[in-house]
Amino acid sequence: MTYEWDFSFLLQYKGLIAIGALYTIGFTIVTAIAGFVVGGLIAVARLADARVVTLPLLAFIEIFRCTPVLVQLVWIYYALPIVIGVELKPATAAFIALTLYGASFFAEIIRGGIASIDTGQWDAGRALGMRRAALMRRVVLPQALKRMIPPLVNQVVLQLKNTSLLSVLAVPDLLYQGQLITSATYKPLEVYTMIAVIYFIILFPLTTLAHGLERRLAR
Amino acid sequence: MTTEAVRAMPETTMIAVEHVRKSFGPVPVLKDISLSVPKGGVLSLIGPSGSGKSTLLRCLNLLTIPCEGTIRIGSHAMRFGPDHRMPRDRDLAAFRSTVGMVFQNFNLFPHMSVVQNIMEGPVTVLGRGRDDARDLAVRLLDKVGLREKADAYPDRLSGGQKQRVAIARALAMQPEVMLFDEATSALDPELVGEVLSVVRQLASEGMTMVLVTHEIAFARDVADTCVFMRDGFVVEEGPARQIIEDPQQAATKAFLSHFHKAAV
Repeated sequence: MTYEWDFSFLLQYKGLIAIGALYTIGFTIVTAIAGFVVGGLIAVARLADARVVTLPLLAFIEIFRCTPVLVQLVWIYYALPIVIGVELKPATAAFIALTLYGASFFAEIIRGGIASIDTGQWDAGRALGMRRAALMRRVVLPQALKRMIPPLVNQVVLQLKNTSLLSVLAVPDLLYQGQLITSATYKPLEVYTMIAVIYFIILFPLTTLAHGLERRLAR
Repeated sequence: MTTEAVRAMPETTMIAVEHVRKSFGPVPVLKDISLSVPKGGVLSLIGPSGSGKSTLLRCLNLLTIPCEGTIRIGSHAMRFGPDHRMPRDRDLAAFRSTVGMVFQNFNLFPHMSVVQNIMEGPVTVLGRGRDDARDLAVRLLDKVGLREKADAYPDRLSGGQKQRVAIARALAMQPEVMLFDEATSALDPELVGEVLSVVRQLASEGMTMVLVTHEIAFARDVADTCVFMRDGFVVEEGPARQIIEDPQQAATKAFLSHFHKAAV
């Protein structure tokens, strides 16, 4: 017996699917920006010489890099409220988890980018009498950002895929909406195929962009 | 150890180094260095690698912070030692802005064009207007013979051209003193001359300079004073021609003999 594929029923769920796509994209954008800001602050702080500053930050980064984001999500939703005594909405917990998870990776990308700039550039700027902030802004960051762009785009791609874990907390992202439609229609094949296609349509341009940038910057 | 310091005491000392010591961790690199350069004087620092000459040069504009001693450039003086606090970023920047430095590896800013490289100091540090800074940059490019390269990026230049741009960039700050850290060591032999001729021109215009160099003949011809360093000490100093042609200390003779063999 061959399975009869029929995607037409999905049309009546287009509203739900659209909401799911918006949640997925929205969460990606918000947590990528928040994660980049937090990661940038961590990266700059880690350049300090004081170990009181750098060691806790290193610990933070390693904790978030060495545990699965699904575990972080669940822990922040169920355990953190007990530790701090504040109840968290699923979306809030998801925002915190994805932001901090992203931040731990962004921080390493940014720090690596800054550290990759030749010390001679610092010498040259200092010798002109530039102060630290000006040197960072005028000389180091413009060069470092260029090198950071490809890994940053890759991290955003991962970040978007990680939003599929939000479904565990009943945040209505693409995957969660898919589960909803599946339980109403009993047609997982069509539903999850469509979900996969939508992820692909969103991400493929992004990875293409990353490749293009890599090639252009390599020249 | 120093031979009779026969330099007549000049009316205006532009660079004064007093009892400077520097260690990197437990390793002493400079051991009680004192020297001075009069206004318009050209001092060459020679010595084997590891002698501390580059560290001393970097101490002159505080890219390397001495552990002890005093560094004076013009009217700016900074004292270092256990009783003195580490200078703040702002004070270091102000001090450095009066000293130009040229590096072995050029260290041009690769994301800026030639003219932007030269404008960077005047605009960012001195707050000069862009048009004003551009005029200055073009004048300096004329001086180093690279006016047609104003809008080129550093990766399109030869080593000698890069180094001449680096000199123009340093001059754009209108420094009181210029420091050259092995400015020709990374150049192909045929490109050394164009850089040295710019340095020679600066000397003739009365710029106070300190040169760390392996170009012994150049050190002899352009510098008035020569200091030979070894193991963090000044072994011998005096008029450049005398030190290089007729050194008194055994260590200086041994060092210079490598060059005489190669040169003749």
